[in-house]
Amino acid sequence: MMARKVVITGLGATTPIGGDVPTLWENALKGVSGAATMEDSWVEEYDLPVTFAARASVQPSEVLTRPETKRMDPSTQFAVVAAREAWADSGLSKDDVDRNKLAVAFATGIGGVWTLLNAWDTLKEKGPRRVLPMTVPMLMPNGPAAAVSLDLGAAGGAHTPVSACASGTEAMHVGMELIRAGKADVVMVGGAEAAIHPMPIAAFSSMHALSRRNDDPAKASRPYDVDRDGFVMGEGAGALVLESEEHALARGARIYAELAGSSVTADAYHITAPDPEGLGATRALKAAMYDGRIQPEDVVHVNAHATSTPVGDKPEYTALKAALGDQLDNVLVSATKSQMGHLLGASGAVESVLTTLAIYHRKAPVTINLDNQDPEIPLNVVTGAPADLPAEGSIVALNNSFGFGGHNAVVAIRSI
Amino acid sequence: MASNEEILAGLAEIVNSETGLDEADVQLDKSFTEDLDIDSISMMTIVVEAEEKFEVKIPDEEVKNLKTVGDAVNFIAGAQA
Repeated sequence: MMARKVVITGLGATTPIGGDVPTLWENALKGVSGAATMEDSWVEEYDLPVTFAARASVQPSEVLTRPETKRMDPSTQFAVVAAREAWADSGLSKDDVDRNKLAVAFATGIGGVWTLLNAWDTLKEKGPRRVLPMTVPMLMPNGPAAAVSLDLGAAGGAHTPVSACASGTEAMHVGMELIRAGKADVVMVGGAEAAIHPMPIAAFSSMHALSRRNDDPAKASRPYDVDRDGFVMGEGAGALVLESEEHALARGARIYAELAGSSVTADAYHITAPDPEGLGATRALKAAMYDGRIQPEDVVHVNAHATSTPVGDKPEYTALKAALGDQLDNVLVSATKSQMGHLLGASGAVESVLTTLAIYHRKAPVTINLDNQDPEIPLNVVTGAPADLPAEGSIVALNNSFGFGGHNAVVAIRSI
Repeated sequence: MASNEEILAGLAEIVNSETGLDEADVQLDKSFTEDLDIDSISMMTIVVEAEEKFEVKIPDEEVKNLKTVGDAVNFIAGAQA
Protein backbone atom coordinates (compact mmCIF):
# COMPACT_ATOMS: atom_id res chain seq x y z
CA MET A 1 0.00 0.00 0.00
CA MET A 2 1.26 3.48 -0.82
CA ALA A 3 1.99 5.53 2.27
CA ARG A 4 -0.35 8.46 2.74
CA LYS A 5 0.97 11.65 1.20
CA VAL A 6 1.74 14.43 3.68
CA VAL A 7 1.30 18.09 2.77
CA ILE A 8 2.06 21.40 4.47
CA THR A 9 -0.97 23.65 4.83
CA GLY A 10 -0.09 26.19 7.53
CA LEU A 11 2.99 28.16 8.60
CA GLY A 12 3.85 30.14 11.72
CA ALA A 13 7.01 31.71 13.11
CA THR A 14 8.36 34.18 15.60
CA THR A 15 12.04 34.91 15.04
CA PRO A 16 14.82 37.48 15.37
CA ILE A 17 14.01 38.77 11.87
CA GLY A 18 10.23 38.76 12.06
CA GLY A 19 7.46 38.12 14.55
CA ASP A 20 5.28 36.43 11.93
CA VAL A 21 5.75 34.53 8.69
CA PRO A 22 5.16 37.43 6.23
CA THR A 23 7.75 39.59 8.00
CA LEU A 24 10.19 36.69 8.31
CA TRP A 25 9.94 35.91 4.60
CA GLU A 26 10.25 39.53 3.54
CA ASN A 27 13.41 39.94 5.63
CA ALA A 28 14.85 36.57 4.60
CA LEU A 29 14.67 37.73 0.97
CA LYS A 30 16.10 41.12 1.83
CA GLY A 31 18.99 39.85 3.94
CA VAL A 32 18.98 41.46 7.36
CA SER A 33 20.67 40.61 10.65
CA GLY A 34 18.71 39.96 13.84
CA ALA A 35 21.81 40.11 16.05
CA ALA A 36 22.48 42.99 18.43
CA THR A 37 24.29 43.81 21.63
CA MET A 38 22.34 42.64 24.69
CA GLU A 39 21.18 45.47 26.93
CA ASP A 40 20.59 43.22 29.95
CA SER A 41 22.34 44.14 33.19
CA TRP A 42 23.54 40.56 33.60
CA VAL A 43 25.88 40.82 30.64
CA GLU A 44 28.09 43.16 32.64
CA GLU A 45 27.26 41.62 36.01
CA TYR A 46 28.70 38.25 34.98
CA ASP A 47 31.29 39.70 32.63
CA LEU A 48 30.08 37.38 29.85
CA PRO A 49 32.62 36.74 27.09
CA VAL A 50 29.83 37.11 24.50
CA THR A 51 27.75 40.29 24.73
CA PHE A 52 25.30 39.92 21.83
CA ALA A 53 22.53 37.62 20.61
CA ALA A 54 19.63 37.50 18.16
CA ARG A 55 16.51 38.19 20.18
CA ALA A 56 13.03 37.60 18.82
CA SER A 57 11.94 40.82 17.12
CA VAL A 58 8.51 40.60 18.77
CA GLN A 59 8.53 39.42 22.37
CA PRO A 60 5.63 37.14 23.39
CA SER A 61 4.57 39.64 26.06
CA GLU A 62 3.52 41.95 23.20
CA VAL A 63 1.14 39.29 21.84
CA LEU A 64 0.00 37.10 24.75
CA THR A 65 -2.03 38.02 27.82
CA ARG A 66 -0.37 38.61 31.18
CA PRO A 67 -1.66 35.33 32.71
CA GLU A 68 -0.39 33.44 29.65
CA THR A 69 3.11 34.86 29.97
CA LYS A 70 3.06 34.29 33.70
CA ARG A 71 2.12 30.61 33.47
CA MET A 72 4.32 29.63 30.53
CA ASP A 73 8.08 29.56 30.19
CA PRO A 74 9.32 31.86 27.39
CA SER A 75 10.05 28.79 25.22
CA THR A 76 6.40 27.72 25.53
CA GLN A 77 5.23 31.27 24.88
CA PHE A 78 7.13 31.29 21.59
CA ALA A 79 5.64 27.90 20.70
CA VAL A 80 2.08 29.04 21.33
CA VAL A 81 2.57 32.24 19.31
CA ALA A 82 3.95 30.36 16.30
CA ALA A 83 1.40 27.52 16.52
CA ARG A 84 -1.54 29.95 16.65
CA GLU A 85 -0.27 31.66 13.51
CA ALA A 86 0.20 28.34 11.70
CA TRP A 87 -3.26 27.16 12.73
CA ALA A 88 -4.92 30.37 11.54
CA ASP A 89 -2.90 30.22 8.32
CA SER A 90 -4.08 26.66 7.62
CA GLY A 91 -7.71 27.78 7.65
CA LEU A 92 -8.59 24.81 9.86
CA SER A 93 -11.34 25.14 12.40
CA LYS A 94 -11.75 22.74 15.28
CA ASP A 95 -14.79 21.24 13.54
CA ASP A 96 -12.69 20.29 10.50
CA VAL A 97 -10.69 17.64 12.31
CA ASP A 98 -11.41 14.83 14.76
CA ARG A 99 -9.57 15.92 17.92
CA ASN A 100 -8.32 12.36 18.35
CA LYS A 101 -6.71 12.58 14.91
CA LEU A 102 -5.13 15.95 15.66
CA ALA A 103 -1.65 15.53 17.16
CA VAL A 104 1.29 17.71 18.16
CA ALA A 105 5.04 17.19 17.73
CA PHE A 106 6.73 20.24 19.21
CA ALA A 107 10.44 20.16 19.87
CA THR A 108 12.84 22.04 22.06
CA GLY A 109 16.57 21.76 22.58
CA ILE A 110 16.83 22.91 26.17
CA GLY A 111 13.29 23.54 27.42
CA GLY A 112 12.32 25.78 30.31
CA VAL A 113 15.76 26.99 31.26
CA TRP A 114 14.55 30.45 32.38
CA THR A 115 11.97 28.92 34.70
CA LEU A 116 14.39 26.36 36.10
CA LEU A 117 17.12 28.88 36.88
CA ASN A 118 14.76 31.56 38.19
CA ALA A 119 13.25 29.00 40.56
CA TRP A 120 16.72 28.00 41.72
CA ASP A 121 17.57 31.65 42.40
CA THR A 122 14.30 32.04 44.32
CA LEU A 123 15.00 28.93 46.38
CA LYS A 124 18.46 30.19 47.33
CA GLU A 125 17.39 33.77 48.04
CA LYS A 126 13.92 33.36 49.54
CA GLY A 127 13.49 29.70 50.47
CA PRO A 128 11.27 26.86 49.23
CA ARG A 129 7.97 28.56 50.09
CA ARG A 130 8.57 31.16 47.36
CA VAL A 131 9.14 28.59 44.58
CA LEU A 132 5.93 28.95 42.60
CA PRO A 133 3.62 25.95 42.18
CA MET A 134 3.66 26.27 38.37
CA THR A 135 7.43 25.76 38.28
CA VAL A 136 7.38 22.08 37.24
CA PRO A 137 4.90 22.34 34.34
CA MET A 138 6.75 25.45 33.17
CA LEU A 139 10.23 23.98 33.13
CA MET A 140 9.46 20.54 31.67
CA PRO A 141 10.73 20.12 28.10
CA ASN A 142 7.33 18.85 26.96
CA GLY A 143 5.88 22.20 28.07
CA PRO A 144 5.67 23.64 24.53
CA ALA A 145 4.04 20.48 23.10
CA ALA A 146 1.61 20.27 26.01
CA ALA A 147 0.61 23.95 25.79
CA VAL A 148 0.04 23.71 22.04
CA SER A 149 -2.02 20.55 22.48
CA LEU A 150 -4.13 22.28 25.14
CA ASP A 151 -4.53 25.39 23.02
CA LEU A 152 -5.72 23.45 19.96
CA GLY A 153 -7.60 20.72 21.77
CA ALA A 154 -5.29 18.22 20.07
CA ALA A 155 -5.99 14.89 21.76
CA GLY A 156 -4.16 12.61 19.33
CA GLY A 157 -0.90 12.69 21.31
CA ALA A 158 1.64 15.43 22.02
CA HIS A 159 5.24 14.49 21.30
CA THR A 160 8.48 16.28 22.18
CA PRO A 161 11.44 15.33 20.02
CA VAL A 162 14.62 16.41 21.81
CA SER A 163 17.83 16.13 19.80
CA ALA A 164 19.61 19.43 20.49
CA CYS A 165 19.82 21.53 17.33
CA ALA A 166 18.21 18.81 15.19
CA SER A 167 15.04 18.83 17.32
CA GLY A 168 12.87 21.07 15.13
CA THR A 169 13.52 19.03 12.00
CA GLU A 170 13.04 15.80 13.90
CA ALA A 171 9.58 17.11 14.85
CA MET A 172 8.77 17.28 11.12
CA HIS A 173 9.86 13.65 10.84
CA VAL A 174 7.71 12.59 13.79
CA GLY A 175 4.67 14.42 12.44
CA MET A 176 5.09 12.86 9.04
CA GLU A 177 5.30 9.36 10.50
CA LEU A 178 2.13 9.90 12.53
CA ILE A 179 0.19 10.85 9.41
CA ARG A 180 1.67 8.10 7.25
CA ALA A 181 0.83 5.52 9.91
CA GLY A 182 -2.76 6.74 9.95
CA LYS A 183 -2.53 7.75 13.60
CA ALA A 184 -3.26 11.39 12.81
CA ASP A 185 -4.81 13.41 9.98
CA VAL A 186 -3.35 16.73 11.09
CA VAL A 187 -0.21 17.35 13.15
CA MET A 188 1.01 20.69 14.46
CA VAL A 189 4.79 20.34 14.32
CA GLY A 190 7.42 22.83 15.35
CA GLY A 191 10.22 23.78 17.64
CA ALA A 192 10.76 26.47 20.24
CA GLU A 193 13.72 27.83 22.16
CA ALA A 194 14.31 30.64 24.64
CA ALA A 195 17.83 30.24 25.98
CA ILE A 196 19.22 33.76 25.85
CA HIS A 197 20.02 33.57 29.54
CA PRO A 198 23.47 34.12 31.09
CA MET A 199 23.99 30.46 32.01
CA PRO A 200 23.56 28.90 28.53
CA ILE A 201 25.54 31.79 27.05
CA ALA A 202 28.36 31.11 29.52
CA ALA A 203 28.17 27.37 28.82
CA PHE A 204 28.18 27.67 25.01
CA SER A 205 30.98 30.24 25.33
CA SER A 206 33.12 27.95 27.42
CA MET A 207 33.01 25.34 24.67
CA HIS A 208 33.92 28.08 22.16
CA ALA A 209 30.78 27.45 20.13
CA LEU A 210 29.68 31.12 20.07
CA SER A 211 31.09 33.90 17.94
CA ARG A 212 32.94 36.53 19.96
CA ARG A 213 32.62 39.31 17.43
CA ASN A 214 31.30 41.57 20.20
CA ASP A 215 32.23 44.75 18.36
CA ASP A 216 30.11 43.91 15.30
CA PRO A 217 27.16 41.59 16.11
CA ALA A 218 25.46 41.96 12.71
CA LYS A 219 28.55 40.51 11.02
CA ALA A 220 29.09 37.71 13.54
CA SER A 221 27.02 34.93 11.96
CA ARG A 222 28.91 34.22 8.74
CA PRO A 223 28.47 30.61 7.57
CA TYR A 224 31.05 29.42 5.01
CA ASP A 225 33.15 32.58 5.41
CA VAL A 226 36.84 32.03 6.17
CA ASP A 227 36.51 34.37 9.16
CA ARG A 228 33.60 32.54 10.82
CA ASP A 229 34.25 32.04 14.52
CA GLY A 230 31.09 30.50 15.97
CA PHE A 231 27.33 30.76 16.01
CA VAL A 232 25.07 33.51 17.32
CA MET A 233 22.46 32.53 19.87
CA GLY A 234 18.92 33.14 18.65
CA GLU A 235 15.45 32.53 20.09
CA GLY A 236 11.91 31.99 18.86
CA ALA A 237 9.77 29.27 17.32
CA GLY A 238 8.57 27.87 14.05
CA ALA A 239 5.40 25.85 13.44
CA LEU A 240 3.94 23.97 10.49
CA VAL A 241 0.59 22.31 9.96
CA LEU A 242 1.14 18.89 8.40
CA GLU A 243 -1.91 17.21 6.95
CA SER A 244 -2.69 14.10 4.99
CA GLU A 245 -3.22 15.11 1.37
CA GLU A 246 -6.61 13.44 1.43
CA HIS A 247 -7.73 15.52 4.41
CA ALA A 248 -6.38 18.76 2.92
CA LEU A 249 -8.04 18.18 -0.45
CA ALA A 250 -11.36 17.27 1.15
CA ARG A 251 -11.55 20.68 2.83
CA GLY A 252 -10.16 22.57 -0.15
CA ALA A 253 -7.08 23.74 1.75
CA ARG A 254 -4.33 25.87 0.27
CA ILE A 255 -1.33 23.50 0.00
CA TYR A 256 2.15 25.04 0.17
CA ALA A 257 4.13 21.91 -0.65
CA GLU A 258 4.46 18.22 -0.04
CA LEU A 259 6.59 16.94 2.82
CA ALA A 260 7.97 14.21 0.60
CA GLY A 261 10.64 12.54 2.71
CA SER A 262 12.37 12.62 6.06
CA SER A 263 15.05 10.83 7.97
CA VAL A 264 16.83 10.82 11.31
CA THR A 265 20.23 9.22 11.90
CA ALA A 266 22.93 9.32 14.58
CA ASP A 267 26.68 9.69 13.99
CA ALA A 268 27.68 7.45 16.90
CA TYR A 269 31.04 9.19 16.59
CA HIS A 270 31.50 11.94 19.21
CA ILE A 271 29.23 13.73 21.68
CA THR A 272 29.76 17.18 20.15
CA ALA A 273 32.15 17.03 17.18
CA PRO A 274 30.55 16.22 13.83
CA ASP A 275 31.90 13.19 12.04
CA PRO A 276 34.59 14.85 9.84
CA GLU A 277 33.52 12.67 6.89
CA GLY A 278 29.88 13.63 7.48
CA LEU A 279 28.88 9.97 7.28
CA GLY A 280 25.85 10.24 9.55
CA ALA A 281 24.66 13.34 7.71
CA THR A 282 25.18 11.60 4.36
CA ARG A 283 23.08 8.65 5.50
CA ALA A 284 20.36 11.03 6.66
CA LEU A 285 20.34 12.87 3.33
CA LYS A 286 20.27 9.67 1.29
CA ALA A 287 17.58 8.12 3.47
CA ALA A 288 15.34 11.21 3.26
CA MET A 289 15.71 11.21 -0.53
CA TYR A 290 15.03 7.48 -0.74
CA ASP A 291 12.02 7.96 1.53
CA GLY A 292 10.61 10.56 -0.85
CA ARG A 293 11.61 8.72 -4.06
CA ILE A 294 13.84 11.68 -4.89
CA GLN A 295 16.72 11.60 -7.36
CA PRO A 296 19.69 13.99 -6.96
CA GLU A 297 18.62 15.88 -10.13
CA ASP A 298 15.24 16.70 -8.52
CA VAL A 299 16.97 18.74 -5.80
CA VAL A 300 17.39 22.46 -6.56
CA HIS A 301 17.70 24.09 -3.14
CA VAL A 302 19.12 23.34 0.30
CA ASN A 303 18.48 25.27 3.47
CA ALA A 304 21.72 24.28 5.16
CA HIS A 305 22.36 23.74 8.84
CA ALA A 306 25.43 26.03 8.45
CA THR A 307 25.80 27.47 11.94
CA SER A 308 28.99 29.46 11.22
CA THR A 309 31.26 27.40 13.46
CA PRO A 310 34.76 26.69 12.16
CA VAL A 311 34.35 22.90 12.45
CA GLY A 312 30.68 22.43 11.61
CA ASP A 313 30.18 23.93 8.16
CA LYS A 314 32.59 21.76 6.19
CA PRO A 315 31.30 18.23 7.01
CA GLU A 316 27.83 19.32 5.81
CA TYR A 317 29.36 20.17 2.44
CA THR A 318 31.06 16.77 2.37
CA ALA A 319 27.73 15.08 3.10
CA LEU A 320 25.85 17.09 0.47
CA LYS A 321 28.52 16.21 -2.10
CA ALA A 322 28.27 12.54 -1.22
CA ALA A 323 24.47 12.54 -1.42
CA LEU A 324 23.93 14.77 -4.47
CA GLY A 325 27.15 14.27 -6.46
CA ASP A 326 27.51 16.53 -9.53
CA GLN A 327 23.97 17.82 -9.07
CA LEU A 328 25.31 19.86 -6.13
CA ASP A 329 26.69 22.33 -8.73
CA ASN A 330 23.08 23.13 -9.68
CA VAL A 331 21.78 23.46 -6.13
CA LEU A 332 21.23 26.89 -4.61
CA VAL A 333 22.19 26.89 -0.93
CA SER A 334 20.81 29.32 1.66
CA ALA A 335 22.39 29.61 5.09
CA THR A 336 19.67 31.54 6.86
CA LYS A 337 21.37 31.38 10.26
CA SER A 338 23.54 34.17 8.85
CA GLN A 339 20.48 36.39 9.36
CA MET A 340 18.67 35.09 12.43
CA GLY A 341 21.38 33.29 14.33
CA HIS A 342 20.96 29.78 15.67
CA LEU A 343 17.59 29.07 17.27
CA LEU A 344 18.84 25.71 18.61
CA GLY A 345 15.82 23.40 19.01
CA ALA A 346 13.65 25.83 17.04
CA SER A 347 16.06 26.25 14.14
CA GLY A 348 14.93 23.18 12.17
CA ALA A 349 11.30 24.27 12.41
CA VAL A 350 11.91 27.87 11.35
CA GLU A 351 14.17 26.68 8.55
CA SER A 352 11.48 24.21 7.45
CA VAL A 353 9.09 27.18 7.23
CA LEU A 354 11.63 28.99 5.02
CA THR A 355 12.27 25.89 2.92
CA THR A 356 8.52 25.46 2.37
CA LEU A 357 8.21 29.10 1.28
CA ALA A 358 11.24 28.73 -1.00
CA ILE A 359 9.47 25.89 -2.80
CA TYR A 360 6.08 27.63 -2.80
CA HIS A 361 7.43 30.95 -4.16
CA ARG A 362 10.27 29.26 -6.08
CA LYS A 363 12.75 31.65 -4.54
CA ALA A 364 15.79 30.97 -2.33
CA PRO A 365 16.50 33.40 0.53
CA VAL A 366 19.69 35.31 1.03
CA THR A 367 22.85 34.40 2.95
CA ILE A 368 24.55 37.46 4.45
CA ASN A 369 28.13 38.12 5.60
CA LEU A 370 29.74 35.79 3.07
CA ASP A 371 32.62 38.07 2.13
CA ASN A 372 35.32 35.51 1.55
CA GLN A 373 34.02 31.98 0.94
CA ASP A 374 36.00 29.14 2.44
CA PRO A 375 37.66 27.47 -0.58
CA GLU A 376 37.09 24.09 1.04
CA ILE A 377 33.32 24.64 0.86
CA PRO A 378 32.62 25.34 -2.82
CA LEU A 379 28.81 25.54 -2.60
CA ASN A 380 26.55 27.76 -4.71
CA VAL A 381 25.54 30.04 -1.90
CA VAL A 382 22.75 32.58 -2.50
CA THR A 383 24.13 36.01 -1.60
CA GLY A 384 23.23 39.61 -2.37
CA ALA A 385 19.74 39.00 -3.73
CA PRO A 386 17.29 36.10 -3.55
CA ALA A 387 17.71 33.57 -6.34
CA ASP A 388 14.96 32.17 -8.56
CA LEU A 389 14.40 28.43 -8.45
CA PRO A 390 13.22 26.71 -11.67
CA ALA A 391 9.81 28.17 -12.57
CA GLU A 392 8.47 24.98 -14.16
CA GLY A 393 8.24 21.36 -13.15
CA SER A 394 8.49 19.49 -9.90
CA ILE A 395 11.27 20.75 -7.62
CA VAL A 396 12.63 19.55 -4.28
CA ALA A 397 14.42 21.33 -1.46
CA LEU A 398 16.22 19.77 1.48
CA ASN A 399 16.48 21.13 5.01
CA ASN A 400 19.32 19.79 7.14
CA SER A 401 19.67 20.01 10.90
CA PHE A 402 22.39 18.51 13.07
CA GLY A 403 22.69 18.50 16.83
CA PHE A 404 25.14 17.84 19.67
CA GLY A 405 24.94 14.16 20.37
CA GLY A 406 25.52 13.33 16.72
CA HIS A 407 21.87 13.81 15.71
CA ASN A 408 21.12 14.30 12.03
CA ALA A 409 17.68 15.16 10.69
CA VAL A 410 16.76 15.89 7.08
CA VAL A 411 13.44 16.71 5.44
CA ALA A 412 12.70 16.86 1.73
CA ILE A 413 10.01 19.29 0.58
CA ARG A 414 8.56 18.99 -2.92
CA SER A 415 6.47 21.38 -5.00
CA ILE A 416 2.85 20.42 -5.59
CA MET B 1 0.59 48.33 57.59
CA ALA B 2 -1.94 48.06 54.82
CA SER B 3 -5.61 48.92 55.33
CA ASN B 4 -8.33 46.46 54.33
CA GLU B 5 -8.95 48.50 51.18
CA GLU B 6 -5.26 48.35 50.31
CA ILE B 7 -5.18 44.60 50.93
CA LEU B 8 -8.20 44.11 48.67
CA ALA B 9 -6.62 46.22 45.94
CA GLY B 10 -3.33 44.35 46.27
CA LEU B 11 -5.08 40.96 46.12
CA ALA B 12 -7.08 42.08 43.08
CA GLU B 13 -3.83 42.99 41.35
CA ILE B 14 -2.33 39.55 42.11
CA VAL B 15 -5.49 37.73 40.96
CA ASN B 16 -5.56 39.76 37.76
CA SER B 17 -1.95 38.99 36.93
CA GLU B 18 -2.43 35.29 37.68
CA THR B 19 -5.79 34.72 35.98
CA GLY B 20 -6.54 37.73 33.79
CA LEU B 21 -9.76 38.43 35.72
CA ASP B 22 -10.77 42.07 35.96
CA GLU B 23 -9.56 43.63 39.19
CA ALA B 24 -13.07 45.05 39.67
CA ASP B 25 -14.47 41.47 39.82
CA VAL B 26 -12.36 40.69 42.87
CA GLN B 27 -14.89 41.63 45.58
CA LEU B 28 -14.98 40.72 49.26
CA ASP B 29 -17.98 38.36 48.91
CA LYS B 30 -16.57 36.44 45.92
CA SER B 31 -15.57 32.80 46.40
CA PHE B 32 -12.17 31.98 44.92
CA THR B 33 -13.32 28.64 43.52
CA GLU B 34 -17.05 29.14 42.81
CA ASP B 35 -17.09 32.73 41.55
CA LEU B 36 -13.56 33.38 40.33
CA ASP B 37 -12.91 29.83 39.05
CA ILE B 38 -9.42 29.74 40.57
CA ASP B 39 -7.80 26.30 40.62
CA SER B 40 -5.59 24.99 43.43
CA ILE B 41 -2.31 25.77 41.67
CA SER B 42 -3.39 29.35 41.01
CA MET B 43 -4.60 29.65 44.60
CA MET B 44 -1.19 28.59 45.92
CA THR B 45 0.50 31.07 43.60
CA ILE B 46 -1.78 33.85 44.85
CA VAL B 47 -1.06 32.87 48.46
CA VAL B 48 2.72 32.91 47.93
CA GLU B 49 2.56 36.26 46.15
CA ALA B 50 0.30 37.72 48.84
CA GLU B 51 2.73 36.57 51.53
CA GLU B 52 5.50 38.40 49.75
CA LYS B 53 3.48 41.54 49.05
CA PHE B 54 2.04 41.96 52.54
CA GLU B 55 4.98 40.41 54.45
CA VAL B 56 2.84 37.86 56.26
CA LYS B 57 2.78 34.09 56.64
CA ILE B 58 -0.28 32.18 55.44
CA PRO B 59 0.15 28.58 56.67
CA ASP B 60 -0.88 25.83 54.22
CA GLU B 61 -3.52 24.53 56.67
CA GLU B 62 -5.08 28.00 56.70
CA VAL B 63 -5.46 28.22 52.91
CA LYS B 64 -8.49 25.87 52.83
CA ASN B 65 -10.31 28.28 55.17
CA LEU B 66 -9.84 31.20 52.79
CA LYS B 67 -13.02 30.56 50.82
CA THR B 68 -13.81 34.12 49.84
CA VAL B 69 -11.74 37.16 49.01
CA GLY B 70 -13.03 38.67 52.26
CA ASP B 71 -11.64 35.70 54.24
CA ALA B 72 -8.23 36.35 52.70
CA VAL B 73 -8.37 40.10 53.39
CA ASN B 74 -9.33 39.46 57.03
CA PHE B 75 -6.64 36.85 57.51
CA ILE B 76 -3.93 39.08 56.05
CA ALA B 77 -5.09 42.07 58.10
CA GLY B 78 -4.99 39.93 61.24
CA ALA B 79 -1.60 38.45 60.42
CA GLN B 80 -0.13 41.90 59.94
CA ALA B 81 -1.15 43.00 63.39
